[in-house]
Amino acid sequence: MKNRRDFLKTTMSGVIAGMLPVSLVRLSYGKEGGPDFTFAYISDSHIQQIKGNQFVRNWDRGLIRAVAEANLLEPKPDFVVFGGDLAQLGSKPELDHGADMLSKLDYKTYMVMGEHDYYLDLGEYWSKLYGKHYYSWNHKGVHFITLNSILTYDDWTFNRWESDARRMNEMAGLDNPNGSPFMVGQKQMEWLKKDLDKVSKNTPIIVFSHSPLQKIYKGWNFWTEEADEIQALLKPFDKVNVIYGHVHQIQYNQIGNIAFTSVMSTAWPWPYPESYAQAESHLPILTVPMNRADPFNERDATGWQFMNMHTGRVDLEFNLYNNSNRTVAFNEAKGHPEDTSFTDPANRIPAQKHF
Amino acid sequence: MKYLTLSTLILCLSGPALADEFTEEDAARWMEQFELVASEGRRLWTSPEIGTNGVVCAQCHPNAANTHPETYPKFQKQLGRVAQLWEMINWCIRNPLEGKDLAADDPRMIAMQAYAYKERRGVELDPGKH
Repeated sequence: MKNRRDFLKTTMSGVIAGMLPVSLVRLSYGKEGGPDFTFAYISDSHIQQIKGNQFVRNWDRGLIRAVAEANLLEPKPDFVVFGGDLAQLGSKPELDHGADMLSKLDYKTYMVMGEHDYYLDLGEYWSKLYGKHYYSWNHKGVHFITLNSILTYDDWTFNRWESDARRMNEMAGLDNPNGSPFMVGQKQMEWLKKDLDKVSKNTPIIVFSHSPLQKIYKGWNFWTEEADEIQALLKPFDKVNVIYGHVHQIQYNQIGNIAFTSVMSTAWPWPYPESYAQAESHLPILTVPMNRADPFNERDATGWQFMNMHTGRVDLEFNLYNNSNRTVAFNEAKGHPEDTSFTDPANRIPAQKHF
Repeated sequence: MKYLTLSTLILCLSGPALADEFTEEDAARWMEQFELVASEGRRLWTSPEIGTNGVVCAQCHPNAANTHPETYPKFQKQLGRVAQLWEMINWCIRNPLEGKDLAADDPRMIAMQAYAYKERRGVELDPGKH
């Protein structure tokens, strides 16, 4: 486990970086060879227009802070990933304003599509800014795949709503019973299969998706319809890591060879599904939850994750504003990630109890 | 005196139902009234009209989760005193929603609380819990 201070240029930037609402990912192959490198991860900024050039200050501040602080990282990360939901209602003014803030990053930025970016014009303007909705690339021995996991049934997308704005509004409500489950769709599944066919089984793979590629709670789309099929496609590979946004909370899990980790939102935290008393949900039992947010601190429960990848496996350090840091490291003996401080129930603190 | 008491009794027996008597139909009608108010609460919970910046309650509290109505009244360390749920709703209206406080008995406040309680139905009362 690398100490995150290794990455900090000065004491001052250390203080600031300790509050970063970004994820810094360091990939380290040790004896298996391959160069180390890092990247940062910013997600779920939900830039929201009030009118004209007025935007919700709270959400703006989350993204501005992430971008400014990511620029202080030392050594410089090789690139940044933005994990989706740049906008709240997918409009040109929101995407432009978000893109303007993101453009202050000193690094190449890879973009993931979120449902809030998509359902107004089905990603048309987003594409003008950022290009393809799903794609893959290789970087220093790792195969990266970005999926657009927020598609849904054609009937819902094309036949149900009288206007594009209505469609966007219906999908924007997390708990809206008129919403529809996320999926990657047949065309993308075929693309993914072809893409993976070209990758050797011992190449570490990192998949970026907006929604979890595992089924946690359908009611809030902590869910992807083809999760089982995607996991089956990833199963033949030695080491696979899925990093996802959307959930605005700490989640981690291990399914076979696949390690799953979520990233935080720069905008606001979401409740764990178990805190909705009227429905059953399936938060991975491995997950020791983040602390409940202090509602009096608008940046609380947004934060950043330091990720350190050892021989194809990910260790994470979660830095949460006004909360204790959290470290979730891959336990080789147990074959899954675990919290280094709080896994033992005796060590847990009351704020980690969600109800 | 005896005559008065008797006439009062006769008046009661021949008048409307006694105060502690109601029918299943009454109960259903009252529940319908509650559901109307709770559904108005759901509408407000997801409506920008409560604030000034377009932010809605449901953005942070889907299905009114993480509002914990069963734990109120409780001590809020940030206020330094025991507070009620409606006071915390007003905190959210003032801050993330950048709006103005609602009175405790404002029908909109009552509706939003009805919705939050409805989503929490079945959970044991636990005032003071953190």
